[in-house]
Amino acid sequence: MNVVEASGLGKRYGGTWALRECSLAIPAGHVVALVGPNGAGKSTLLNLAVGLAAPSAGAVTVLDGRPPGSPDALDGIAFVAQDTPLYKNLSAADMLHLTRNLNRRFDQASAEARLGELGIPLKQKAGKMSGGQQAQLALTLALARRPRLLVLDEPMAMLDPLARHDFMAAVLTAAAEDGVSVLLSSHVLAELERVADYLVLMSRGRVQVAGEVDDLLASHRILTGPAAEASKCADRPVVYVRRAEVQAHLLVRATADDPIPPGWEAHPVGLEELALAYLREPGAAALPGPARGRDAEPSEVTK
Amino acid sequence: MTIDKRSSQVGGSAGDSPPTPGGRDGSATGRGPGSAIEFRLDAASGVPTYLQLVHQVEHALRLGYLKVGDQLPKVRDVVASLAINPNTVLKAYRELETKGLANGRPGQGTFIQATLNQVALPELTALHRSLLRWLTAADEAGLDEDGIVALFTSALRDFYEHRSGSRTRGGAASGETEDVA
Repeated sequence: MNVVEASGLGKRYGGTWALRECSLAIPAGHVVALVGPNGAGKSTLLNLAVGLAAPSAGAVTVLDGRPPGSPDALDGIAFVAQDTPLYKNLSAADMLHLTRNLNRRFDQASAEARLGELGIPLKQKAGKMSGGQQAQLALTLALARRPRLLVLDEPMAMLDPLARHDFMAAVLTAAAEDGVSVLLSSHVLAELERVADYLVLMSRGRVQVAGEVDDLLASHRILTGPAAEASKCADRPVVYVRRAEVQAHLLVRATADDPIPPGWEAHPVGLEELALAYLREPGAAALPGPARGRDAEPSEVTK
Repeated sequence: MTIDKRSSQVGGSAGDSPPTPGGRDGSATGRGPGSAIEFRLDAASGVPTYLQLVHQVEHALRLGYLKVGDQLPKVRDVVASLAINPNTVLKAYRELETKGLANGRPGQGTFIQATLNQVALPELTALHRSLLRWLTAADEAGLDEDGIVALFTSALRDFYEHRSGSRTRGGAASGETEDVA
């Protein structure tokens, strides 16, 4: 099952394309990091997937082919927007009451139990809570709807390190316990490195990289060797080159089993290094087989 | 598919019931009740997260903190205390199963089924003491910490290379080097 599937998806605000030619298929059962610089189109993609915006081009479906915003899709997806929106004058109990009445399914008992564990009093007004507590309350409301897909837009931007840890622990426990698929966006990859097992990298309104983290790391190597011979490695697709007078580092698409040119050293690449290399080289793309949408171009390194 | 694996592994306490208070106590050291060991992570080590978990189980086996039949921390508890991806924990536990050290019982959890600790505790203590004597000697000879590690690592490598020459099995060597260093 795919939790999000897009083909040729685009969104235009006025004359500007916030998202263009986006084709991808995100399988269920993952914690997906949607990463890219500010303005890359992350929020636009999330808003399209949850049905808060309508596409200008192409199509997107969620939870195995359902149109975003349809009753089935709404029931199965919980979305926490960028600024953890809560009614600041309402107490936690009132927020639960409101959410229960606005949704077809709401697990009041588990929500109250969660708030109890977190030490958030039901009478406390949302506006009087700490940033971490507000984020946890928003998450509690989202999880009590028992979603199959949890979508979080920049969930940790406002949180201190301890609150971040606790928030992510709560999200990941839901993933471990109930098998909830998670799609979360951030412009800081480092904080998602341990959390995500699926990466979607966006820049300038396009999807650049999509795939399982293990597969991406296994299919890329850093080659280090004499700069004069950098062209020797050209039989492998080169993503990014860092070249000094004498020495050059190349990020290439190659596995540990691929032969190394004589005089060169191969190293495994970390997730952050890989992401930075792609972001610096917006022309390069890595969209491996299963993650590619139906209409994507056949070549692996394109444009 | 992945979802099924998760829920069967987590099993026991999970299902449809709301989260139990055990793991989520709001602190960074949350832990499931009754687990023999607790994992920690070193973000700066550069060692992949799942391997850190594997190494810590092996280490605990060698030092006798874990015995045959002991249950490893439940996936949800590890996830709740370290805020890491559940699949990372599953990957570590699968690796331990592949090594024959643990086995997963559907709906119950993962249990230790073999041990690496072939040395009894008194002998370990004696070895530890003789190593301290050696370290004192190395220190008096003017070696600093990096020098001691380098010397020890090279001696260890020589030792296992000699042995693997006669036994043709070098598999254990790499594992032990990592733990000592």
